[in-house]
Amino acid sequence: MHLPRPRGPLSAAVVGVMSGRAVLDEAALAAEIEALPETVDVLVDDDFHLALWTLYELHYRPFDDASQDWEWEPGLIGVRRALEERLLAEVRFATSEWVHASMAARGDVAERLFALTEMVPGTALTSYLHREATLGQLLEYLQHKSIYHLKESDPQSFVLPRLQGPMKVALAELQYDEYGSGRPQQLHQTLFAAGLEACGLSSEYGAYLDLVPGPTLAVTNVMNLFALRRTLAAAAMGHLGAFEATSSEPCRRVAQGCRRLGLPDTVASYFDEHIEADAVHEQLAFRDICGGMAAEDPQVLGDLFLGAAAYLYSESLAGTALLDAWRDGRSSLLPDQESGNQSDLAAAVAS
Amino acid sequence: MTGPSPARKRSVVVTPCGDGGPVLVRGADVVQDAAGTSHVVTRPVVAVCTCEKSQRLPWCDGTHKAVQRGRRRRDDTA
Ligand SMILES: [Fe+2]
Ligand SMILES: [Fe+2]
Repeated sequence: MHLPRPRGPLSAAVVGVMSGRAVLDEAALAAEIEALPETVDVLVDDDFHLALWTLYELHYRPFDDASQDWEWEPGLIGVRRALEERLLAEVRFATSEWVHASMAARGDVAERLFALTEMVPGTALTSYLHREATLGQLLEYLQHKSIYHLKESDPQSFVLPRLQGPMKVALAELQYDEYGSGRPQQLHQTLFAAGLEACGLSSEYGAYLDLVPGPTLAVTNVMNLFALRRTLAAAAMGHLGAFEATSSEPCRRVAQGCRRLGLPDTVASYFDEHIEADAVHEQLAFRDICGGMAAEDPQVLGDLFLGAAAYLYSESLAGTALLDAWRDGRSSLLPDQESGNQSDLAAAVAS
Repeated sequence: MTGPSPARKRSVVVTPCGDGGPVLVRGADVVQDAAGTSHVVTRPVVAVCTCEKSQRLPWCDGTHKAVQRGRRRRDDTA
């Protein structure tokens, strides 16, 4: 994967440093992040989320044009931390209504988490994909999904050592299924890659990074915000549960949309697999993991709800961006300029 | 190490998941449905439908939640 094309001052600074073209002024950048103008919507902003996405990616796979040692470079960790603090504050604010309602509700933690998934308004994205989307729109959807699904379940693996006892066992059980249950050809990442290839898209990791807008990047950034920070492990697991609990029914609709449009069965079968798998995973995540964490330490309850609501809200912002673009007759992807355009990059870094 | 002998195979554990939800089954090789058809288990845990509305019987496909939503809506308007 190559470093992305910058979309503004923050991503230009991060990419500039990582490519070795600029020297990091961590304090200046952190101050800039703290003082972002109100016009910047931290929940979805293109530049903000590309900068954060690129920093998180250091923990996953290498960029061909950046040193891998940036992963633990204190200055970049400081910049990441500044971005994260802004994002976390916005996410808390945006979800507070649902978190409070769930805290005030009585009864079983798992049932309250399931109820929360019905509380946060979703979008009609998968219904649209089921019945109305054009072939081009469904292919766009797969390109958005490639940002996460080519590393599907990897963020949650960072949480394993932070859970103990039965909750660790339950997450391992869930992850084992995501990772193919001992069969490499069934690794969910591989199933998704095969689906991309079957319909003529690239399965290369990061191939569509330059095309996906801020709201799509924000979905994985929120996931990483929780998954990589030990003190937010409960939010990571609430997030995982909400993901799994809102997957089976939408996956059935997407699979039907794929078949309606005559896409190869390889694509539809990825979604078929998730109808059944996620009907198991939602139970493991909400009952065994989240329920277990709350029973062990009631203090984590708020973070479980925060994580769940944050997932649902970020996913609905991303879905809304797709539907809005299509309603306006536009592509939901960014214009395809030749990536790695050196003069563009130089100009952005200099600005 | 030799392969797992039947004596060392872990026992089958069945866990219910609340009202209308599936039962989780661990350690089974085969699940037989009401018609007597055998379904091979391919994942470490399977969710077996109990609401009988799943479109992928005997497996749960989350439909019980749609059933519950429908019931709640009827209760609200009643
Ligand atoms: Fe999966
Ligand atoms: Fe899953």
